[in-house]
Amino acid sequence: MHFADIEASAPDVGFFEIHAENYMGAGGAPHAQLTRLRRDFPLSIHGVGLSIGGAEPLDREHLARVKTLVDRYKPAAFSEHLAWSTQGGRFLNDLLALPYNASTLTHVVAHVNEIQEALARPILIENPAAYLRFQSSDYSEIEFLREVVRRTDCRLLLDVTNAYISATNLGFSAEDYIDAFPMSFVEEIHLAGYAEDADEVGDPLLIDAHCAPVQEGVWRLYVHALSRCRPVATLIEWDNDVPPWKVLFAQAMRAESFLARRRSAVEDNSISAAIQ
Amino acid sequence: MTAPADFDQGAFVRALLDPELPPPNGLETPRGFSPEKRFAVYRNNVCVGLVDALSERFPVCWQLVGEEFFRAMAHCYMREFLPCAPMLFEYGGGFATFVSQFEPARELSYLSDVARLEYAVGQAYHAEDAAPLTIGSVRALPPDRLENATATLHPSTQVIASTYPIVSIWRQHMSGEEMTPLDLNRGEEALVVRPELEIRVSTLPAGGAVFVDALQDRQTFGEAVNAATAVATDFDLTACLRELILAEAFVAIRVAH
Repeated sequence: MHFADIEASAPDVGFFEIHAENYMGAGGAPHAQLTRLRRDFPLSIHGVGLSIGGAEPLDREHLARVKTLVDRYKPAAFSEHLAWSTQGGRFLNDLLALPYNASTLTHVVAHVNEIQEALARPILIENPAAYLRFQSSDYSEIEFLREVVRRTDCRLLLDVTNAYISATNLGFSAEDYIDAFPMSFVEEIHLAGYAEDADEVGDPLLIDAHCAPVQEGVWRLYVHALSRCRPVATLIEWDNDVPPWKVLFAQAMRAESFLARRRSAVEDNSISAAIQ
Repeated sequence: MTAPADFDQGAFVRALLDPELPPPNGLETPRGFSPEKRFAVYRNNVCVGLVDALSERFPVCWQLVGEEFFRAMAHCYMREFLPCAPMLFEYGGGFATFVSQFEPARELSYLSDVARLEYAVGQAYHAEDAAPLTIGSVRALPPDRLENATATLHPSTQVIASTYPIVSIWRQHMSGEEMTPLDLNRGEEALVVRPELEIRVSTLPAGGAVFVDALQDRQTFGEAVNAATAVATDFDLTACLRELILAEAFVAIRVAH
């Protein structure tokens, strides 16, 4: 929606990310705009429809559509979610939670393998925002993600806001989650603003709404995460009540300032390593 | 240790879609209280997301019935018809038919046809690209050879014939201009084309929709005129061709030798 502003200002941003499913029509303005965007900027493609966390076989037609898009635009990364969104041929348009156990692990691993084989590249899997837990979970989310990475050689997309939301909603430490996260496999970070609510007993219930500026607690967690990883590409997700381009751009610039600090810190480290 | 049973996603979905049902079994909250409100986040995401998608796809219907009515109607549709693919721009293909049978909207008899027009506009936006013939090259065709010629229309081309003035209704609401009273007994046949990137909605003379359908069926211009005349005895071929040419609906015209 900010295409004209982006074209006019040629902003100094690292990359743009698109939702795969919005670009699965045959032609028209979406592809015309994306072709021009891809010419001027690196691109990351983010899917919401493969339903990797479901027990059902992948929708092969949808996988073929993803492949067509990835082959056409050759993005720097293709990412999807540790979640499910389709059941019985019906698409629910939400990223739904799954229990973490041996049975679901088998499905997720098979799905990630199938997608990576089709696309002939590793994909990034994103940690979800959690609102509740399943009694049938035998793994923590981190243990589950580590197993998926180990068995598929996929990479990870760390959504810092989702980590913050899950920690708040389920009552664990977000810093501990980040400290345990397999950072060496993280190739992209997402930041977004959440919405605040409370459950029936007054406990905080944060909702992954992508509708607001990134909150200070999330920025602090982001800086903490950056101290543990390479300065990886970071995206501001804001797709509900989208603000003017300059507001979104200012958020991206704030992330960039943290990334720049991390880059110089990494360089300092490598210089001191060379001196030693 | 026995392997855990497969997660029952069907039960999860049933509870998502029916707010009368309790949340599915096997959910936990940190302090052991009811998962009702937490599960409601998913319910809300699914319902609001799909109702919003329909609101964006059918903005004129939304204006015609107002937000509250539209959202209630869209919610009924959503509970009966979930998307069958993850591309939300395809969602709502059955909405017009649903609206035509939706009892509370019975008095707004034109609503369903306006929904058909709006869905066609959305499909045109994403349709395959093709270079339209220039107006000059269509005009240069020898009129006496057109009778046996066939045409390829732009892939975005769609027609909707209505017994209501759907194009006028649509245009008044989309433009945000002051509404002028419309004669609701005057039908209109809508032509939707997106020759380059911009969508064009125009009105064809009576019989025009049948004419375009016939051309899309690979019938000759002569056969298409016969089909159009069968439904509209006063079918105005010149006016119909003028609208099609102005809308840049022709991609190719093959003149028989």
